[in-house]
Amino acid sequence: MAEGWLDFEQPLADLVTRLDELTAIGAKDEVKRVQEQIEKQKEKIYADLTPWQRVLLARHPRRPYPLDYIERFVTDFTELHGDRGFADDPALVAGLGRIEGIGFAVVGHQKGRDTKEKLRRNFGMPHPEGYRKALRVMELAARFGLPILTLVDTPGAYPGVGAEERGQGEAIARNLRDMAMLEVPIVAVVTGEGGSGGALAIAVGNRVLMQENAVYSVITPEGCASILWHDGSRGEESAKAMRMTARELREFGIVDDVVPEPLGGAHQDWDEAAHLLKDAVLANYRALSGQTGSDLVAGRVARFAAIGVYS
Amino acid sequence: MPTPARPVGRSQTPDGMWYRCNSCGEILYRKTLESNFFICTRCGYHFRINPDRYIQILLDEGRIEELDADMTPADPLQFPEYDRQLKKSQEKTGRKDGLVYGRGEMGGIPVILAVMDFGFVGGSMGSVVGEKIARAIRLARAERRPLLIVATSGGARMQEGAYSLMQMAKTSAELGLLRNERVPYIAIPVDPCTGGVTASFAMLGDVIISEPGALIGFAGRRTIEGTIGEKLPEGFQTAEFCRKHGTLDAVVPRRDLRDTLIRILSILWPVTQATTSY
Ligand SMILES: [Zn+2]
Repeated sequence: MAEGWLDFEQPLADLVTRLDELTAIGAKDEVKRVQEQIEKQKEKIYADLTPWQRVLLARHPRRPYPLDYIERFVTDFTELHGDRGFADDPALVAGLGRIEGIGFAVVGHQKGRDTKEKLRRNFGMPHPEGYRKALRVMELAARFGLPILTLVDTPGAYPGVGAEERGQGEAIARNLRDMAMLEVPIVAVVTGEGGSGGALAIAVGNRVLMQENAVYSVITPEGCASILWHDGSRGEESAKAMRMTARELREFGIVDDVVPEPLGGAHQDWDEAAHLLKDAVLANYRALSGQTGSDLVAGRVARFAAIGVYS
Repeated sequence: MPTPARPVGRSQTPDGMWYRCNSCGEILYRKTLESNFFICTRCGYHFRINPDRYIQILLDEGRIEELDADMTPADPLQFPEYDRQLKKSQEKTGRKDGLVYGRGEMGGIPVILAVMDFGFVGGSMGSVVGEKIARAIRLARAERRPLLIVATSGGARMQEGAYSLMQMAKTSAELGLLRNERVPYIAIPVDPCTGGVTASFAMLGDVIISEPGALIGFAGRRTIEGTIGEKLPEGFQTAEFCRKHGTLDAVVPRRDLRDTLIRILSILWPVTQATTSY
């Protein structure tokens, strides 16, 4: 399998390899023909993805991460570090910048790209100090009337000894409560994996969006399968059962909007993905910007209060 | 000592006249245990008890005016086996879902009490539990009654997918409003309290009190062991561990729980300050 491609993308990977070869030898007519084949193949592969294929795309090793988006559409960005109590958590980034000239606080989970960076960023799984840093920066934004953008992409909060000792549960809980009370507009976007409470801890927005191939769930499909069938390899079935795709969650009213991605997923074209994301963020922010602080809090509480099915 | 209104569910404690202590193995006569708050007379182990017993232990005359008892879970995802699991838990506990809440008094102070039932689908939080907690919080705010929640849970209810996850935000957001109104909330996480409940309302009390030996944590023990690749030390994630690391206020034996709560409430919420609406 070609590096960086998923199994089901293999026919496309082969064509891309061929295109590179043809381009190198300057076979113009052939290049054009293969380019057409690539577009057709993309439409075929990505037209009707299964929930599990979306999980794989959400976890795609070449998928853009929050700092890749920040680089593309947040100007004057300054990263702010640390929770002022224990440490700086590189699994969660936060800072101040501008989107189309408007001052924003931006908070997001950050996975690493190569092995060294993955380890440094703990695969995007924050410790309590990460959540506390996120809240610190969001409260800073609220004090100065700045809107907040959060970008969610984590397998979950880190399950470790230090995390438990420092109150992982309390850190997430406090974010959920205090984020709900901030008197500024909050737009949250699940850009990759929305892994349970560790994702939700920065996703209590007035508007909650998901990119087309992002997933959002209460437990990983593997975790669900191992509880349900004592077989963690049956993630394909549990991904379907849990209804974790953007379209399904939009139907449930759990997310407000689905942000389109370039054909074949955000990893095919980072610039285009960033462009589409920026447009969605601004449109959703503008829909909120006329509201008072107390309207925003009331609206946010009401948004989550309305979610649930019972009789 | 009040007597319980209902037998304890099978999964919580064994049936019959005699109970075996999970900790020291001592054989204990049922009546002895009942008169000792379901605490082992030999080693002090706290048996898991159901909501009826907590209501008996905590509220004046063991009396609650229960609300929304008929609220019934749905199966919005048509999730494998969920329907059958719900029926089984409903038969076992005699409840529609795993939470009881209502009005009561403690030492003459009007309060709202909510108690989770670990015997109902593992004490998991789905839409009904989340909605009832949210309503209990709103009621405490509307009537300016202190809120107490006894939380015991395996976490968010997987079978309701993201609906369950969102109950964490729903309940926590309501607690934000209660806090702004300065109505006290005492969280009482008891054995076991993990996952999404620990990461929401169970850890948001103005005061957080637990019982000796209770397991309280975010991630499951086996998950952590799988991640770090080694066995966890004895006593990890117990109430005493949490107190030592500063994540809860006090560990109180069950026989002293009611008196402790009344003592705290009477200082935080002298009756002259309370302006109940009825
Ligand atoms: Zn014992």
